[in-house]
Amino acid sequence: MRIACPYCGEREVGEFSYLGDASPKRPHYTIDDGTDPVVLEEAFNEYVYLRDNVAGTMREYWYHGGGCRSWLIAERSTLTHEFKSVQAAPGAGAAKVTLQGE
Amino acid sequence: MKYSIFSLAKAAMSGHRGWTRAWRDPVPKDRYDVIIIGGGGHGLATAYFLAKEYGIRNVAVLEKGWIGSGNAGRNTTIIRSNYMLPGNVGFYELSMKLWERMEQDLNYNTMVSQRGIINLYHSDAQRDAFARRGNSMRINGIDAELLDAEQIRKELPFLNYSNPRFPIMGGLMQRRGGTARHDAVVWGYARAANDLGVDIIQNCEVIGFQRTNGRITGVETTRGNIAAGKVGMAVAGSTSRVAAMAGLKLPIESHVLQAFVSEAIKPLIPGVVTFGAGHFYVSQSDKGGLVFGGDLDGYNSYAQRGNMPVMEDVCEGGMAIMPMLGRVRLLRQWGGIMDMSMDGTPIIDRTPVEGLYLNAGWCYGGFKATPGSGLVFAHLMARDEPHPEAALFRLDRFRRGAMIDEKGQGAQPNLH
Repeated sequence: MRIACPYCGEREVGEFSYLGDASPKRPHYTIDDGTDPVVLEEAFNEYVYLRDNVAGTMREYWYHGGGCRSWLIAERSTLTHEFKSVQAAPGAGAAKVTLQGE
Repeated sequence: MKYSIFSLAKAAMSGHRGWTRAWRDPVPKDRYDVIIIGGGGHGLATAYFLAKEYGIRNVAVLEKGWIGSGNAGRNTTIIRSNYMLPGNVGFYELSMKLWERMEQDLNYNTMVSQRGIINLYHSDAQRDAFARRGNSMRINGIDAELLDAEQIRKELPFLNYSNPRFPIMGGLMQRRGGTARHDAVVWGYARAANDLGVDIIQNCEVIGFQRTNGRITGVETTRGNIAAGKVGMAVAGSTSRVAAMAGLKLPIESHVLQAFVSEAIKPLIPGVVTFGAGHFYVSQSDKGGLVFGGDLDGYNSYAQRGNMPVMEDVCEGGMAIMPMLGRVRLLRQWGGIMDMSMDGTPIIDRTPVEGLYLNAGWCYGGFKATPGSGLVFAHLMARDEPHPEAALFRLDRFRRGAMIDEKGQGAQPNLH
């Protein structure tokens, strides 16, 4: 695989690190906000352990550690390894909290 | 037809024209008591044990391609039971004991060769960790020997003992470990299951589940609908895709693992050797090729092929302990799709969908588990309760925090 980094151009996959599916978002909660613990547990169980494990085009995080050190979001087919798009994703990779209503 | 030296001699007399099919090619019936999805080693072993140990003979194994065309034909054929944690220790030793009598049980030469497996260690800390693992094995009745560098040198004189960065200080040996012939395991189980009445239906892909009031009542396939009392999934690599048809979301990611075979050379490596400071393992097949592999590629994939960086990494690991590898040409390379569970341990359990059973999450260690997996999955499906040696391989263990993290890494790429 070769990944077309928006900053560096097309580079071989060995320069990149993989994080995985970019879709799941960390559940939003604050201590004592009154959310039912069962709901919280369910949400975290899903976020931490369960996977869609997409067979097809997946949005996923890659980190260009061997180049510009940017986080990227790629759309890639897990069936063929073909990249459909690669975009910069500043601040990605860190646990992103879903805000209520989002 | 029973295979023996006499049947071989008799067939030889008639120019080997007397051999018959090893298993039938049946047309699917309208209904089976049990349908197993997936005609790999695990699925066929499950069908065999259902018929042999649990008396359930109205069983079909559905395979979308030909049997053994998935991971059963894409592994590095290593068998071992050098595990440490409760849950794993008993299960893999059960499997090891089944390997030891497999050829007699199946009347089939599966070429089980207990030539030993050595995990090399390269630091004091790693020696201590291996000693602990070895002790855990021994108190559970499994053979383990901690060897020092001199003992390793006697067994494996060809390794590089002058690597200053990763010195070979010794290794943990399980002499009962070794290799088996992967295709023969598939064929042996297929033939034995067929003899007990199991229908092995190839080129039959499951494309949906039939449900009545939530309960599974059958499967939709490319060869028509088939009713079933119970349905078991043994489709590691594609588990998420099949489970999604029943509305399940599982703690599994599919990743690609590559393996390699060199050109054939004269007998060199007596057993299986693993490099402890990187990820590299190697054995020598009976044909003479060096069979080796290493890490996952590290990204989700269903493509059954990998990329160059991991090939380089595997070969670097090999060169670190066996510099002579640089003189051998690579003959073949392939990728298999691993069911990576979140804790690195398999899942053998009922699912929330009544009548649907799950055998999944084998990560990169499914081959050695083949007979044990078949037995415990058959037990689960026949009795509706887990086999005692697989009682901890539950689907809900993640939610409960009762994970079995033998290596402390699951599907997460940066933990490998």
